[in-house]
Amino acid sequence: MSTVTTIPPATAIPTGDRRDEIQIYDLHKSFGDVEVLKGISLTVRTGEVVCVIGPSGSGKSTLLRCVNLLEEPTAGRIFILNEEITDPDADVDAIRTVMGMVFQQFNLFPHLTVLENCTIGPVAVKKVDKAEAKKLALETLEKVGLADRADAYPAQLSGGQQQRVAIARALCMDVEMVLFDEPTSALDPELVGDVLDVMRLLAETGMTMMVVTHEMAFAREVADRVIFMDGGVVVEEGHPDQVIGNPQHERTRTFLDRVLNPTHPHAGDQDAAYAARHAGDAAPEEAEDPQAPDLPEIPGRTRGLL
Amino acid sequence: MTTTTQPAPAARRRTSPRKRAQRIRLVQYAVLVVALVAIILNVDGRQVQSVFFRADLIQITLTSGLPRALLNTVIYTFGAFVFGLTVGTVLALMRLSQVAPYRWLASIYIEFFRGVPALIVLLAFGLLSVAFPGLRFPLDPYGTVWTALGMVSAAYMAETIRAGIQAVPKGQVEAARSLGMPSGMAMRRIVLPQAFRIITPPLTNELILLTKDSSLVYVLGLTASAFELTKFGRDISNSNGNLTPLVIAGLCYLLITLPLTFLVRRMEAKSKKAR
Repeated sequence: MSTVTTIPPATAIPTGDRRDEIQIYDLHKSFGDVEVLKGISLTVRTGEVVCVIGPSGSGKSTLLRCVNLLEEPTAGRIFILNEEITDPDADVDAIRTVMGMVFQQFNLFPHLTVLENCTIGPVAVKKVDKAEAKKLALETLEKVGLADRADAYPAQLSGGQQQRVAIARALCMDVEMVLFDEPTSALDPELVGDVLDVMRLLAETGMTMMVVTHEMAFAREVADRVIFMDGGVVVEEGHPDQVIGNPQHERTRTFLDRVLNPTHPHAGDQDAAYAARHAGDAAPEEAEDPQAPDLPEIPGRTRGLL
Repeated sequence: MTTTTQPAPAARRRTSPRKRAQRIRLVQYAVLVVALVAIILNVDGRQVQSVFFRADLIQITLTSGLPRALLNTVIYTFGAFVFGLTVGTVLALMRLSQVAPYRWLASIYIEFFRGVPALIVLLAFGLLSVAFPGLRFPLDPYGTVWTALGMVSAAYMAETIRAGIQAVPKGQVEAARSLGMPSGMAMRRIVLPQAFRIITPPLTNELILLTKDSSLVYVLGLTASAFELTKFGRDISNSNGNLTPLVIAGLCYLLITLPLTFLVRRMEAKSKKAR
């Protein structure tokens, strides 16, 4: 797969290819004086699963939130299915109906039941018939394994169940693509697996997915492409085996080393005493081979180890 | 006394904190008992009864239109509450508006009507039909009362409602918008239902305050059929030189407010448990 994106100027024309679902050209975003995104260009194609990884503060969540315009970009253009969402005249609400969003904090509507959470979008926004929306919602809830909790309120569910409902809510809009903003970061470690299972299933059905995540094992197994961001720019992108398995950039290597071996001392650690205490802990073979960090066998365990 | 014996009485005088607290409690009980005894010995029970609870006046009060007055109080209060809630919601949304002049207007309104006595507003409304001949509120006098009391309570409620709206997490709007909802729909379907759930206890308190404020309506100079509890009780009290009718009227307010107070306490306990 070709991974090099030539960066077109800000006046770039969309490709016109329906298979390019998300096209981002030279995206900049500043909060006050702080520039969080410093010129991001990338394309997500139909059926592709793109995982965005990177240290906290690297701008990956902001990038995702710019895609459906929850954050207004400072500069740059974004096309969804060849329709420009950053155009001042664009019908943003209409464009948003083709992409679902799953949040770190779930953001289910607490005053509505699980079923109503899943039907309010189709009924209120897309004017789908109520009975039809209910039927679709129950089918979707069945897929995420929660059809029996349809009448429960979000507060009565565990975090993992809530996140699966949030995924179902997005899918009920009959979307072309789903954006995931650190979907498992707020979950207890033992609940992460269920959510990742649903996402894996979704990927297998050919759903286009853009996932900001810290789950390296999931990214390596499910992603078609991994994007490593740091300091507001894309540092490295490519096949997961390449980016996670054999990173080319120093920054990528440092990040992966920290994520995958969180209890080991790292070069540049501030706490010298801590580093000294653990100096003998690092297994020699790992110390010699930082470029190919071992991944846990079970996806979802990387956070468990944290 | 020699120096060697001096520490002994000092040690005896120092009581433990627990003992001291016990003693203070005992003193408090003693004061209470003394006060009660003094009251019982000095107060003529029969006189108290004849001033506050005279049987024949109770009879007269209950039969000469108390239900009507009670109903009027409820109607005044409820109408003003609905008016206040509606205007208050609009004011709250104006306070949160992107358009600066709307924010200013709402702020001026809120500060004005929170700072001015409700009595003055009512007096002004009573004189409106004199100042503007021909001006009549619909359903007079109910329309006048609803508008006057409602305008005052709207100022208080606006701030409560605004706080409620702001207490709904930002993620709720984001989730609604990402489903494709326009901002108005997100506000109506997602934010406001949650905001009103949050502010139900303070709004019920506002309803209790309004119930009592409805007693100010007497300044409008109403006809007998429009009397509410206070005016009704006061008139009978005045003509008989006895407090019994006023006491009855006061108890009628408790009939309305106590269940509401109880309700607020239940809701607050419940919301604490949910959190």
